[in-house]
Amino acid sequence: MPLGLLKFGLSRRYPEPRRVPATPDLKPHYDVVIIGGGGHGLSAAYYLSHAHGIRNVAVLEKGYLAGGNTARNTTIIRANYLTPEGVRFYAESVALYRELSETLDFNILYSERGHLTLAHTDAAVRTARWRAEVNKHCGVNSELIWPDDIRKLCPQLNLSSDARYPILAALHHPPGSIARHDAVAWGYAIRAAEKGVEIHQQTEVTGLRLDGDRVVGVMTNRGTVGAGKVLQAVAGSSTRLADMAGFKLPIRTVPLQACVSQPLKPFLDPIIVSGSLHVYVSQSARGELVMGGSVDPYSLYSTRSTLDFKEGLLAHMLEMFPFLSEVKLLRQWAGMADMTPDFSPVMGTTPIRDYFIDAGWGTWGFKATPVCGKRMAETVATGRAPDILHAFRLSRFAEFQQVGERGAAAVGH
Amino acid sequence: MKLMPCPLNGPRNIAEFVCAGEVKAMPDPATGTDAEWADYVFTQSNKADVVREWWCHVPTSYWFIAERDTRTDMVLKTYPASELFKERVAFAPKGPGA
Repeated sequence: MPLGLLKFGLSRRYPEPRRVPATPDLKPHYDVVIIGGGGHGLSAAYYLSHAHGIRNVAVLEKGYLAGGNTARNTTIIRANYLTPEGVRFYAESVALYRELSETLDFNILYSERGHLTLAHTDAAVRTARWRAEVNKHCGVNSELIWPDDIRKLCPQLNLSSDARYPILAALHHPPGSIARHDAVAWGYAIRAAEKGVEIHQQTEVTGLRLDGDRVVGVMTNRGTVGAGKVLQAVAGSSTRLADMAGFKLPIRTVPLQACVSQPLKPFLDPIIVSGSLHVYVSQSARGELVMGGSVDPYSLYSTRSTLDFKEGLLAHMLEMFPFLSEVKLLRQWAGMADMTPDFSPVMGTTPIRDYFIDAGWGTWGFKATPVCGKRMAETVATGRAPDILHAFRLSRFAEFQQVGERGAAAVGH
Repeated sequence: MKLMPCPLNGPRNIAEFVCAGEVKAMPDPATGTDAEWADYVFTQSNKADVVREWWCHVPTSYWFIAERDTRTDMVLKTYPASELFKERVAFAPKGPGA
């Protein structure tokens, strides 16, 4: 085995094939142009080419494959939301994720850990109970549990009643999982490319060509291409693209910071979230603690990090896991989160014909990658959003029909 | 620690402040339509540019206006709201049954 590895590594003709093809020249016209080469865009390209037979597709990515928010999230997958619309949508995503390594024949390192949302106040206990009941009603496995059961699932947690904010209860969601974010994007990219989807990296969209209220083409830094239909899936740049198309969005772009510790021996099985302490943490396959908190307090188009964020986050981490006080941070980063007023995404048709939107993914985008790609592909192929996306339409704000997920989608409220 | 120059209290830690979003014109309370109110309440211009926003210094409950560059995280200018808003909004008198 060691010799084999050595031979493999020193082989002049490196035997690993190139999985994602190099960026080709742009063709003059595509049936579908997808703007954004992250998880969501690539997932949509996969389902367009595999489920709907639409193969003349270009994915345009201004940077490198999956280098935006797909590379900047904390990879938590769950369905324990608050509204029936949200629970139904995210439950489909969890179901697709569980099978995704098989579906793509590409290991996404899916790891089912169980997910604990800690409640430190009576109000949080009430919300946890509410979520558990809505979840069970929608066939999703969630249960309100008390400190004795929390101790069995996560004995490392500081469950002392002497803590500043003692843990009163938790929402336990056994299907909660983590996965390898790069592998999800690469898996979709590889299988989509096999069907003829072209992936254009370093290709930035600079404008849209409109004919009246219809989109007919996309201008890029490498030239203009005609497009039958266009899907935007660009996370933190949603408003900039919508401005090009000429419609407004209910979105504020706010940095979301995260960090990882140095690798530790595996000790933390479940994913731990505390809304009151503004912390979520899981231990990755490499042993690093992946930690995140709430979004920054004001909007910004920047991925800078701040000391304020880390001081707040890590002080609260130590409340839950005091024995980590000597552990060092390894990396920090930030992504640009598109926050909507109701903490739900915006998906479906837009005021521009043949122009579709997948946006407003704030701090909850990675977990929706498969379902969003699948259902947006359906929307693009048929020109009409399926029922499961109806609640998330852009026009819901003008109709005062928001899908309020603030109590389940984020920490820090 | 990032500082915010408060027109009332001078430079203070930005953690003492709350950003309340962009300054935009409110629909006329007497004649505004649902669509205008939805647009006012929900829609954001969300520019990558210099923006004009409402901020509040929470310990003193002091509201003012800040001009900020959302690309560089620089606060360019702050001033009292009275520099922009010279008159009180004339809300319609309550109708019968109100």
